Amino acid sequence: MKEIVTANYAVAEAVKQAVPGVIAAYPITPQTEIVERIAQYVARGELACDYIPVESEHSAMAACIGASAAGVRTFTATSSQGLLYMHEMLHWAAGARLPIVMANVNRAVGPPWNVWADHTDALSQRDTGWLQVYVASAQEAYDTTLMAFRIAEDKEVLLPVMVNLDGFLLSHTMQDLETLEPGTFIPALHLPHAIDTAHPAAYAPLTGPNYYFRFRWEMERSMRAARRVITRVEEDFAGRFGRRYGVTEEYRCDDADILVIAMGTLAREAEVAVDMLRAEGTRAGVMRLRWFRPFPRLDLTGREVVVIDRDYSFGFGGVLARSLCSAARTEPFSVIAGLGGQEVTHEDIASFVRERRPGEEFWFGVKGDV
Amino acid sequence: MSQIPKEEYILQTTSACPGCSSSLSLRYILKAAGPDTVLVIPASCSSVIQGMYPNTAVNVPVYNIAFAAAASCASGMSAALKRAGRETKVIVYAGDGGTVDIGLQALSGALERETDFLYICFDNEAYGNTGMQRSGSTPLGAITTTTPSGKIHPKKEIDRIVEAHHPPYQATAISAFPIDLFHKVEKALTFRGPSFIHLLAPCPTGWRFPHGKTIEVGRMAVKTATWILWERVHGRLSVSAPSKGPLAKPVPLQDYLGMQGRFKGMDPALLSRLQQDIETHREAILEEAGRA
Repeated sequence: MKEIVTANYAVAEAVKQAVPGVIAAYPITPQTEIVERIAQYVARGELACDYIPVESEHSAMAACIGASAAGVRTFTATSSQGLLYMHEMLHWAAGARLPIVMANVNRAVGPPWNVWADHTDALSQRDTGWLQVYVASAQEAYDTTLMAFRIAEDKEVLLPVMVNLDGFLLSHTMQDLETLEPGTFIPALHLPHAIDTAHPAAYAPLTGPNYYFRFRWEMERSMRAARRVITRVEEDFAGRFGRRYGVTEEYRCDDADILVIAMGTLAREAEVAVDMLRAEGTRAGVMRLRWFRPFPRLDLTGREVVVIDRDYSFGFGGVLARSLCSAARTEPFSVIAGLGGQEVTHEDIASFVRERRPGEEFWFGVKGDV
Repeated sequence: MSQIPKEEYILQTTSACPGCSSSLSLRYILKAAGPDTVLVIPASCSSVIQGMYPNTAVNVPVYNIAFAAAASCASGMSAALKRAGRETKVIVYAGDGGTVDIGLQALSGALERETDFLYICFDNEAYGNTGMQRSGSTPLGAITTTTPSGKIHPKKEIDRIVEAHHPPYQATAISAFPIDLFHKVEKALTFRGPSFIHLLAPCPTGWRFPHGKTIEVGRMAVKTATWILWERVHGRLSVSAPSKGPLAKPVPLQDYLGMQGRFKGMDPALLSRLQQDIETHREAILEEAGRA
């Protein structure tokens, strides 16, 4: 069915089709519409699910953990401060090997208060053991949410997945959505370590150094396996439903000398900039990074790279730029732009490319000695 | 005692301190709850008592969870187990820190949402697991490692806070009266919705008394009416048998305080206030029981 909807709606619709047994959530701008819609589906009997209206995000994730541990599919959604408030439980969910799926509507972190798009909320959670994916359209939010359940619940993964979508730019913007009948795409969840009173066990008890590292290594092994699983699930999705995304999405990259690399909606804006630059004779392309955890293996040999970060790690740099320096051994021109919903147009992005200074960092909009 | 099942769910290999009443209480709690039970345990002495991976001393599933998250974790678990068509009972076993302090918000939320679970707070009146620092539940005048001259603030009345959420079943208990504890757990588990049992947990290590005296200290807590055993069913309070005599005629408070090193050299002004608070509480229980 074709509709014109917001990405928040698209996420809620995907969740309805994945049929979680328990959803625990707390409202926060700009995510609220997701949980409102889900609460409506449940109230109207369209989704057979327990919706637990918890009193905080910390409790939202704790309730998802408790439910998931019982072997039931779970979902939650949040943004910004809510995600930060969950931080302790994000580690717990991943360490407990629970396939929880969460939508995070990317929003700036306070202070000062700012409700607009920014990736620092999710990127500051990058070491929690969650898989992270960033989408750039309502359709992609929908498709990726469906795939997230399948990936998280794969027995080779059994780690939680965070689906990130830009606040307002996606969450509140109406776009085309083609819903589908997932059918057998998401099989029933079989959690091998689900709580079972017929087989009593202690979950996450005190564990000494001689065992602890093994559990951490198991997490990393699964994170590495997730690379294969993501590809497999995306292939299956493309085969069944005809839409293909990938770990990265490339636009005019084949013959490009210069790559603009970004995540979320900024990378889509960059496509227009690339068309302009090509008209000027600059062979540029856009690489939109979708999966940030596990971080992809990229070969950027022989290309100049301009990275746009809608985030920042203080005292270090743009998180994506610095990650690419280390993982792909590139010395990009690092642009910090779009923080707190700052408007960044394709004209701006074209100028970043024209005025690139490899190895340097540039804060868009800041004048003076930066 | 013959009515208490012989089955043991706490095996003989706990890492509890000698004389620990929290582990003794848990033994009776699980006998009452039976094998189709999951324990949710936040950071507390009970995180340690169960033993170290790959061993465990508890013969029902134990779900360990972060300090502030027990009640909310149990909320999700209770809902999920029901959705999966299982009758498994969910019992939170949390210390006073995890209940009256850091876990209070999650507890309040779970009570307000009428979560179907039993929440048991084993109250050893301090952060025992980290070596006896004050908690909101530490009584006035008690020495802890963060109140070296005795606590200057009174004990938080968690039962009043819980009562304000109107759970169908609420009770107090203590391991010194195990049959009373056993029956209260059995009864609590018959209610749909939240039940709350507040368990005083005398702690030889932290309260500074010989570890062979746990039961005597517990009994004296009841005899002095410092700890009153009662239950409140749908808002109606009744005093439990072991507390009926002491409530009418408590023995002097000093008989209880004098058994414990934590009240040694207590400031007379604090002692007087503690006595007054205990008396006020006794009168309030008498009055409420009279109304019921």
